[in-house]
Amino acid sequence: MKTMKTMKTIKLLAVLFISSLVITSCGDDDVIEDPNAEELITTVTYTLTNGSDVVTLKYTDLDGEGGSDGTYAISGPFTAGASYTGSIKLENETESPAENITEEIEEEDEEHEFFYTSSLDCTFCSLVIDKTDIDGNGNPVGLETSLFFDTPATDGSITVVLKHEPSKPNDGTSADAGGSTDVEVSFNITVL
Amino acid sequence: MFTTTIAQNCQYSLKGKISDFHDNSSIIGASLQIVNSNKNTITNFDGSFEFKNLCKGKITLVIKHVACESKTISFIISKDIVKEITLEHHLEELEEVVVKSESKSESTSIEKSIKKDIITNFSDKSLGDALNTLSGVSSLNTGNTIVKPMIHGLHSSRLLIINNNVRMFDQEWGDEHAPNIDMNASDRIDVIKGANSLKFGSDAVGGLIVVRGKKYARKDSLFGSSLMSFNSNGFGGNLNSEIIKSYKSGYYTKVQMSYRRFGDFKAADYSLTNSGLENINASFRLGYNSYLKGFEFYYSQVNNKFAILKSSHIGNVNDLVTAINSLEPRVIKEFSFSIDNPKQSIIHHLGKIEAYKRFQGFGKLTFQYDFQVNRRREFDLRRGDLKNTPVIDLRLVTNSIQSDLQVKPNDNLKLNIGFLGRFQQNNPISTGYRPLIPNFDKFDIGLYTIGNYSLNESTELNAGIRYDFSKIKARKWYNITDWNETYNYDELFPEFETGTIAGVRIFTKPQYTFHNFSTGLGLLKKINDDLSLFINYGLANRVPNPSELFSDGLHHSAARIEKGLLNINKETANKFIVSMERNNNNFGFVISPYFKKINGFIQLIPVGISTTIRGAFPVYEYNQIDAEIYGIDIDLNKKINNRLDYYGSISLLRGKNTSENLPLINMPAANFNNKLMYFNEEFKQLSISITHKTVLQQNRFPDYNFFTLDPVTQQDVFVDISSTPPTYSIFGLNISSAFNEGKLQFELNVENLFNTSYREHLNRLRYFSDELGRNINFKIKINY
Repeated sequence: MKTMKTMKTIKLLAVLFISSLVITSCGDDDVIEDPNAEELITTVTYTLTNGSDVVTLKYTDLDGEGGSDGTYAISGPFTAGASYTGSIKLENETESPAENITEEIEEEDEEHEFFYTSSLDCTFCSLVIDKTDIDGNGNPVGLETSLFFDTPATDGSITVVLKHEPSKPNDGTSADAGGSTDVEVSFNITVL
Repeated sequence: MFTTTIAQNCQYSLKGKISDFHDNSSIIGASLQIVNSNKNTITNFDGSFEFKNLCKGKITLVIKHVACESKTISFIISKDIVKEITLEHHLEELEEVVVKSESKSESTSIEKSIKKDIITNFSDKSLGDALNTLSGVSSLNTGNTIVKPMIHGLHSSRLLIINNNVRMFDQEWGDEHAPNIDMNASDRIDVIKGANSLKFGSDAVGGLIVVRGKKYARKDSLFGSSLMSFNSNGFGGNLNSEIIKSYKSGYYTKVQMSYRRFGDFKAADYSLTNSGLENINASFRLGYNSYLKGFEFYYSQVNNKFAILKSSHIGNVNDLVTAINSLEPRVIKEFSFSIDNPKQSIIHHLGKIEAYKRFQGFGKLTFQYDFQVNRRREFDLRRGDLKNTPVIDLRLVTNSIQSDLQVKPNDNLKLNIGFLGRFQQNNPISTGYRPLIPNFDKFDIGLYTIGNYSLNESTELNAGIRYDFSKIKARKWYNITDWNETYNYDELFPEFETGTIAGVRIFTKPQYTFHNFSTGLGLLKKINDDLSLFINYGLANRVPNPSELFSDGLHHSAARIEKGLLNINKETANKFIVSMERNNNNFGFVISPYFKKINGFIQLIPVGISTTIRGAFPVYEYNQIDAEIYGIDIDLNKKINNRLDYYGSISLLRGKNTSENLPLINMPAANFNNKLMYFNEEFKQLSISITHKTVLQQNRFPDYNFFTLDPVTQQDVFVDISSTPPTYSIFGLNISSAFNEGKLQFELNVENLFNTSYREHLNRLRYFSDELGRNINFKIKINY
């Protein structure tokens, strides 16, 4: 009786072990699929328009974290004394066609906010970037903006920060908003 | 006349019978020896024996049997004596009935144990919390629920965790991956600091944690217990029930289940939003025990769901700076039971079947097959459709067979010869994220021999050698720039390339083969009845784990990019540990200094900054250095009076990176514990104790602080990731009592009695929040 049991046990063990080997050891030579980084933001395009004067600020990093560094493409200088309307677009260009992430942010605008800051190398000049859109609760989002460059500047920068789950409303600074940063890109600009 | 007297005084006889304590069967062939004489005999076919011509006076009899614990009994001989003597079978077969409470896994081993009462005490906490009470053991925490045990500053892949004789494989490489063990399913936990670990692996650089169940006496009985606990902090608790049925025939079965649930915990001054947990665990055991043969089937399932502090989810290094500089967590909300993202959800299945048989005149052969399936899912804050998709989803399947042959060529020598075969497969499941750990298959074969030799009454020697073969076959995509330029892998490892390139990505098949030898030596010298000296030496070799080789990606809660390196090699440790132990209730101590020299110590350290579309991140890479870890653990116990006992312990440790002459990262600071306990056996077993723990500030840490540009303010900011929090002391109070002959037990605990706010440098969330504030805990245990 007990020998029977032991025999059964040993058989059971053998079956378990062999079946686990068979189940788990197939497909060794296949190329596995490269998992897509679906959520990746590869491209930030900030388009500023003043009539026919269009300036685009673009940052691209196609291979995400690590790999090669991101690249900047700044189409040209801004014009002093001019007002621009700005619109920002986020894309994942590893997908084909490129995935528009801006749409996702529009859908979840209460959980997102863009912050724009600038520094210009000039005296008594200022650049004010206003957010002109609002979310369902009446708080700013920052997909749409308006800018006014008052005086020329030889050197300067615009920094775009996108926060996920910030506290809204906030005092207008990304530091006060908290949340986690999804985008943080600085563009070098000049104002003629 | 004189000689006649002697003759008359030496006419007594001692007759008797030796039987098995458990089933009263006669024990045949037991040897009996009268100490300090040449008189000896062996029991005959019905277990009986006789000594003749014994003189008046005291004699001491040592009874030995190959399958039993030796027994020593004294008699006063003044007349003929007839005595029935029972012997107990080996503790490995019938652990429950062996009353010797200080039994060790090997007699020469340097180890500490946690018994069922302490396990019960920590019923609603984790394995790491319970082990933290031992000197030399600390923990690496993520919040307060994810607790990784650390022995002498070493953790993760450097500790082997053996659960019911099965080595745990549950993605243990990760700093924030706690062992998936339900302590409530176990009866004893041993922490082996010394060298006796060869049976389980060659890579116990840090040590071993052995979680044991127990075997049950061969008698018909049905018993069990239920435990309920409630905590004011986290507004939750634990429910654990177990029931055991044993039969005289040798069969036994046990079913155990536990459920643990907590909401948001509280630090001294604020709520820790999203810090709760939910665990559902169950275990089942069925076995048969006899002297000649036996088997055990064991299955356990652990379901862990841990919420991770909301405020610890950060986007880039500037968010980290903001968190470090603010005194409170960014998100503080009302108490809630909900477990939101970020969170971890882990299921661990463990099953084994073990069988043994004794062959007369040869030895004992044990065979075991075990399997484990670990599914780890980590959820983060994501956008859109991916909100409920984890960022990490790994399935690890492990199958092992092992067998051990124990032979005893003579009374003084015990030999174990064993074999192990293991196959492991890791499968990342699609998450829309590049997996942190790639697909890999791992094969292991191990062979060992361990000998235990009793040199004389007071000296025991243990020596062992083990060989391991490991093969890792991985499949992974790399960024071409990383492969060709950053790491120069195209020249270092052209054999890993497959020729498949898609866009900016290259498909590779890294393969590794390792051969490892390891040894262990142990010496036990009993100096007198209660004083012993232990000396252990061990050589351990650890194969790099997949995260050290292949990690490649952003680690959100740490706001860092972690990179494994394909040229990481194995780690070799030489461990020396000595322990002087006095086992005495009035005044006892353990003084245990140790020294570890680790060549090729693999560590994860910051090497630079990488700028991504999310901003800047520090890049952490695995590298190898030579390290030394040395220190001393001291434990004391002193009886102050009949009712009052004092217990104290100190752990001192230094870790040195000798290659760069720097302190080692993440080493536990000096700490000491005191406990004063009042115990009144007569008055409802009332026990009241006050505990105190102080952890000094860790002043020895490598300074990896750096500056980064905050593009918003256009200023450089200081990123203080290395500095350590100040010294803290916390106090606790414990009151327990038992009623109805121990059938009903009550316990009241107050942890962090003075609601002290403090941070611990071995908590990965120390940048974000304080440790827990005061907790009042109440437990009821019913035994039936």
